[in-house]
Amino acid sequence: MVATINGATANAVNTKVTLCGIEMDNPVMAASGTFGYGKEFAELYDINQLGSFSFKGTTLKPRFGNETPRIAECPQGMLNSVGLQNPGVDAVISEELPELAKVFHKPVMANVCGGSPEEYAAVTAKLEAADQNADCESAQPQIGWIEVNISCPNVKDGGMAFGTDPNAAASVISAVRRETKKPLIAKLSPNVTDIAEIAKACEAAGADGLTAINTLLGMRIDLRTGKPILAREVGGFSGPAVFPIALRAVWQVTHAVDIPVIGCGGISSAEDVLEMMMAGAKAVQVGSANLVDPYACVKIIEELPAAMEKYGITSLEGICSEESRKNM
Amino acid sequence: MRNEIVTIQSRRQLAEGIYEMVLQLPDDGAASGSGREGAAAEAIRPGQFINIKLEGQYLRRPISICDWTEDTITIIYKTVGRGTEQMSRMQAGETLDILYPLGNGFNLNGTFSKPLLIGGGVGAPPMYGLCKRLAGMGRKPIVLLGFGSTADVFYEAEFRQLGAEVIITTEDGSRGVKGFVTDGMDGVEYDSLFVCGPERMLQAVDEKAPQDVPGQMSFERRMGCGFGACMGCSCRTKYGSKRICVEGPVLERSEIVW
Repeated sequence: MVATINGATANAVNTKVTLCGIEMDNPVMAASGTFGYGKEFAELYDINQLGSFSFKGTTLKPRFGNETPRIAECPQGMLNSVGLQNPGVDAVISEELPELAKVFHKPVMANVCGGSPEEYAAVTAKLEAADQNADCESAQPQIGWIEVNISCPNVKDGGMAFGTDPNAAASVISAVRRETKKPLIAKLSPNVTDIAEIAKACEAAGADGLTAINTLLGMRIDLRTGKPILAREVGGFSGPAVFPIALRAVWQVTHAVDIPVIGCGGISSAEDVLEMMMAGAKAVQVGSANLVDPYACVKIIEELPAAMEKYGITSLEGICSEESRKNM
Repeated sequence: MRNEIVTIQSRRQLAEGIYEMVLQLPDDGAASGSGREGAAAEAIRPGQFINIKLEGQYLRRPISICDWTEDTITIIYKTVGRGTEQMSRMQAGETLDILYPLGNGFNLNGTFSKPLLIGGGVGAPPMYGLCKRLAGMGRKPIVLLGFGSTADVFYEAEFRQLGAEVIITTEDGSRGVKGFVTDGMDGVEYDSLFVCGPERMLQAVDEKAPQDVPGQMSFERRMGCGFGACMGCSCRTKYGSKRICVEGPVLERSEIVW
């Protein structure tokens, strides 16, 4: 492993970025739903090499999720209809977060889901309270950001239903906003006509940042049976195939709002990271790539300084500035 | 779990659409930094699987481990889609990127002495590695293998070479007992069950076997990652949800919810 972990490298490029006031050694986060609560990956490598990660979407009560099959192969990507399987916020607080604290010493992003604005708010309130009460030796809270998942395409109630209507999106963000002072990130759905409109509604309702994008609604049929492969028939499409769509969404959203945007969708190389940041992203999330290659995030982080050098980039804060975008 | 580039040592067709592939693990020296410590033999348990990255396919393909030595892994697979069809055309000398060993595997710590091993179709391969280890422990496994027709039968001789009593069933009766594996169970005495095959076969075996016989059954699910991150292959059990790729693919008979 090349020692490029702490931002400054032998080549003197600076990979540090600041997201909503929190400094990160590099802009690479693992996306929610592809990294669990960190445990599986911490067994393979030091996950402190990541900028951070967004933990598995968490609801008020435990959820089993959808019936299987939940996964389907696609050209340059995959479908999932997991359906927010998670142990519920109480178990996350009592079991997952203390375990995570042993192996991850940076602020984590908490992905919050619900079937109503009240549920989103209740999950956030519990996480907020737990973080304040935590017997934490470091002054730094364990949860850095709250990511509000208003874009999951795999649940009947809530999820994407909130993220495809500006008023509904605003109602969730407002409800969560009342429960926390932590930076609030709204995770946007690409399954809309005008993503900028939703982004503006979230900003107006108090979001401090945005993640663009969640998965695209897709479907596959098994030719032998003539029936959908997924038990729930439709699911979220992700992987390299969606990268241009995510990039376009980030570009549109960054031009519509003043809050920072995290680029997410199909990123699988350091060059994808740079391209996403040139589109305006302050940080990025790597999702499906983690499932195919558990070392995807650390490989991207290792490759980042060389990729920056190749394109004459000395600082990542620089390439996503308003000025550098105008100069493109 | 280790991530390694393995070389195909041999590939041969065993029956229509059924292939055996022997994968050569890199030397420990060559694999430094891969996380592989010591011989593969010490790390693998029967019933575990590998997850294979194929050129042009996005998700890895999970394939059960049939057998292994210190520096090889043998897999047997059926061509069911683009990934496995691609594998069926690969030649010795080509390489594969694999994650291994994955899943829990069979638990061999029981007090049983007459285990019945049942494999349906490509459910047979993991039974081979299991049979070999059980025989090595001095147990007398009985192996019951179910196929469609005589042309589909594979590995019968290999199982016999392990000293196991082998019963074959075919659906059309062209070989052995006519019918399903459940028909082959008639009159067989056993004190424990190890089963791998299609889910409807597992359920039929569970319904046929006496309730008090302990058993372990290996399940199949479409998987995303194969190592517990995506929750794509979850199933309900009597003790809560489990990931087929981590807490499975082998479940105790007593915890299965049909």
